[in-house]
Amino acid sequence: MIEIENLSKSFGKLDVLKGISATIHKGDKVVIIGPSGSGKSTFLRCLNLLEVPTGGSIRFEGQEITDPKCDVDRLRRKMGMVFQHFNLFPHLSILQNITLAPITLKILSKADAEARAMDLLKRIGLADKARTFPAMLSGGQKQRIAIVRALAMNPDVMLFDEPTSALDPEMVGEVLQLMKELADDGMTMVCVTHEMGFAKEVANRVLFMDEGVIMEESHNPAEFFANPQNPRAREFLSKVL
Amino acid sequence: MLDSIIAWFADFGDSFYDNFIKDYRWKYLTDGLTNTLLITLGALILGIVLGFLIAVIRTTHDKTGRLKFVNAIAKLYLTIVRGTPVVVQLMIIYFVIFAAVDINIVLVAVISFGLNSAAYVAEIFRSGIMSIDPGQMEAGRSLGLNYTQTTWKIIMPQAVKNVLPALGNEMITLLKETSVAGYIGLQDLTKGGDIIRSRTYEAFLPLIAVAIIYLVMVLVLQAGVSRLERRLRQSDRD
Repeated sequence: MIEIENLSKSFGKLDVLKGISATIHKGDKVVIIGPSGSGKSTFLRCLNLLEVPTGGSIRFEGQEITDPKCDVDRLRRKMGMVFQHFNLFPHLSILQNITLAPITLKILSKADAEARAMDLLKRIGLADKARTFPAMLSGGQKQRIAIVRALAMNPDVMLFDEPTSALDPEMVGEVLQLMKELADDGMTMVCVTHEMGFAKEVANRVLFMDEGVIMEESHNPAEFFANPQNPRAREFLSKVL
Repeated sequence: MLDSIIAWFADFGDSFYDNFIKDYRWKYLTDGLTNTLLITLGALILGIVLGFLIAVIRTTHDKTGRLKFVNAIAKLYLTIVRGTPVVVQLMIIYFVIFAAVDINIVLVAVISFGLNSAAYVAEIFRSGIMSIDPGQMEAGRSLGLNYTQTTWKIIMPQAVKNVLPALGNEMITLLKETSVAGYIGLQDLTKGGDIIRSRTYEAFLPLIAVAIIYLVMVLVLQAGVSRLERRLRQSDRD
């Protein structure tokens, strides 16, 4: 589904990504871990071109997305993104937050978009918040709304950029629970996180990144967490586990 | 004591009659006020439209690197307008640019004050747009909205709300700044009061009357702006 080849990204003189290759298949749940400054978030943001790569190639569903002729906006409809700081639209109601993109892009009629949004809200138990504004929600609720907002576009893959890092500890659970449900539904997911428990439980693949490269890739997360091969990975895990 | 109070009121009555009633002198004030309001309204509309346009050009350039040439012109415009006094701009536009053209003098004032206000409005809008968290643009774009759609549906509504107090302030400044329109012989409110002064050789009443009228207009504007602000703040309540 996504093929990344020799991807590199620099900000001026600073090389953040130094040749990353990976393949993400349909239904994969890939978790990316690593120390801060290792390039995890930049890597994730390159996948939907929020950061424009300086080198290498990314193919999404057979299409070369780093090609300047690629229609970025159309591509992003198929990639949901969830941010650390939720980035809900504060001037719009919860319902409008969810329906804005499908209606503006004329993917759904207003009535259909609202019906779908209400279905999604019911699923996460926040249907009664449809008419309220983001400022009235807790962090956990905001992040769940942000996930639902991305889902409203019917994406083929969901990208999560540290979705629980800005949350109070007691709210992390509800967000991870929703992400687990998504994973169980077969959603393709790429997730940058510090939640090792989530990684162990949900991921079918773990990428350990440091200094702009993938230091270790494991198809068996349980084994990776028990016995990492790479010395940097071992050091990192000994600090966080 | 009582006598002196009565005498003061009698004097005041005479003075009031001389300055405002006699020879329909109040008409200098009402006609002047009409012109002041016309100029302010026209300049306001021109300033907001043009200022908004400049702000969009400037921020689009800063965020995407496009529109290099137009942006350079916009920057030059801001430098010139903000670097010279409005009276001088007004006189240049009237006595130099429109010197040989037969044009309504109120229209000249509208153009002058509008072009001037646009520069300040542009910077107000720009600061409002730049103050919106970049995450908002990223969230909009990552949903598949393009730059223009995200700007209009997500950035602008928040930016406009944020700059409303500053914009109200600019409106008030503009209203008061039009008082220099007399420099090109335009009879606005200030000039009207001044003409009365030159007829009656009395400064106190006509000038105080002019000041009070400005003050009342400013208060009305302020009340309007705060009402609008309150309505737009709806979504912030928690």
